[in-house]
Amino acid sequence: MVSTLAVYRRLVGAQARSQASYRVSFTLDLLGNIVWLGADLLGITVFFRITPSLGGFGFADVLVMLGLSASAFALADLAVGNIEKLRVYVRTGLLDSVLIKPLGVLPQLLALDFGLRRLGRAGYALVILVAALWYADIAWTPEKAALVVVTPLAGAAFFSAIFVAGATVAFWWIESGELANALTYGGRDFTSYPITVYSGWFRRLFAYALGFAFVAYYPALAVLDEPDPLGLPAATAWAGPVVAALAAAVAAALWRFGVRRYRSTGS
Amino acid sequence: MEGNGVGFVTATAPPTHFRKLQAQIHLFTAIAAAGFRRYATYRQATVAAAFTNTIFGFLKAFVLLAVVGGAAGALGTAAGYSGPQLATFVWVGQGLLGVVGYWGWTDLADRIRTGEVVSDLLRPVHPVASYLATDLGRAGFGVFTRFVPPVLVGALAFDLYRPVHWSTYPLFALSVLIAVLLSFGCRYLVNATAFWLLDARGMILAWAIASTVLTGLVFPIRFLPDPVAIALWLGTPFPSMFQTPLDVLLERDPPLLRLGTLAVQLAWAAGVLGLCRVVQRRAEHRLVIQGG
Repeated sequence: MVSTLAVYRRLVGAQARSQASYRVSFTLDLLGNIVWLGADLLGITVFFRITPSLGGFGFADVLVMLGLSASAFALADLAVGNIEKLRVYVRTGLLDSVLIKPLGVLPQLLALDFGLRRLGRAGYALVILVAALWYADIAWTPEKAALVVVTPLAGAAFFSAIFVAGATVAFWWIESGELANALTYGGRDFTSYPITVYSGWFRRLFAYALGFAFVAYYPALAVLDEPDPLGLPAATAWAGPVVAALAAAVAAALWRFGVRRYRSTGS
Repeated sequence: MEGNGVGFVTATAPPTHFRKLQAQIHLFTAIAAAGFRRYATYRQATVAAAFTNTIFGFLKAFVLLAVVGGAAGALGTAAGYSGPQLATFVWVGQGLLGVVGYWGWTDLADRIRTGEVVSDLLRPVHPVASYLATDLGRAGFGVFTRFVPPVLVGALAFDLYRPVHWSTYPLFALSVLIAVLLSFGCRYLVNATAFWLLDARGMILAWAIASTVLTGLVFPIRFLPDPVAIALWLGTPFPSMFQTPLDVLLERDPPLLRLGTLAVQLAWAAGVLGLCRVVQRRAEHRLVIQGG
């Protein structure tokens, strides 16, 4: 066990060193990632120039939701975001060389292409979260403090599960392209706004069936002392870890099923 | 693409000007048709992209409708758009993504890095024209596969705006065509920086960011303060690639101003495509100095 961990540490370390050695490229990537997140923030700021409220919530409320959602997503992206490349590995047959090594397939793939450059995004997202919480002028309690720490972590686990589950599509559908983006980046966009913005079957599907409502919206309500206009109890704020565990179980099952089903593409 | 209509230009009889032009047009359309067929082979990827654009259509449409709902001015509008107009802005915009094409085109930069670009110079057609023809083929394929699905889904799920004047439709088509030309020209310039930088990734990233935020994709440019919006419109090519065709379709402005935005669009497209030719000529000289 210890020696396996040492192998992974070496793999990740090697990746980190190799990425940091291309200084210009690394700095550009880091900066680009930060500007991307700035685009989301700019979007919300521009919307609130036009309207005083969005789905019944004010600027500070939506900022807290954005902060929670962005932190969760950026941490997940840092940890497992490169699994998006699975479809390239499947198409080129590179996955074969991963399968014949005496290590777990998923951890190997993650270590193989560890995205150190995504550190910038994670750091920036956490800065937005802290600034939003400060700006929202919250009456702090120990429970809220715990919630603010647990929520981005649970959300990161949830988004990680979505990333992995989305990537498994490549086992069935090789040219799936950006299909998984609908749930990963789409999920991030969904959770950046109060779910009262959406309606009908679309809200039921994304918020409850897929579980995105528990990433940022319900925890934000609890932190902000706002009741849920949709009528769920305040304890829903703590549903995040449970939902994340469920999503992880589904993703793990999909992954195992997909790897077992995988047949090399050949050429 | 190989061999399509190429024999035509190398005919031995001394061609007249008319014959020459005819041959050029034939060659251009042959390359465009090849571009259409090339993208038609990526079937799974096309379906996946149309699906993803549709999901993002729902996300964006709900958010912009919430903006109108919150703003609820005297006329129920936000920055001059009604709810149905903003829903149409989103759904037709999602369709335009696959027609105008903003991201992911690195063909030229890749060929410059690998040196394959040299073979482009041996062809009996100007490189800019050849890449443009392929891109028009791509856009034509996108009209059927990437434009229609999200617009249909949007029309089924949301109350969309229907233009009042019939003349809006041809004007919209014209504006989309100019947007394709302009977007191609910008992408060509961004890719062509690889002639000097070899690694164009930084430029491509900067382009991806600007073409997302400044075109109207994240929020309609009209949501910005007027001076900023006007400065973007006149000073950068970005709103002309996305916001202009949509504003034309939505009949957002009085007829004269609408024609004015079309003129700005046309001026940008002509300028950028002209610049492409200049850059290509300079780059070719540079390539000769480097020895390929």
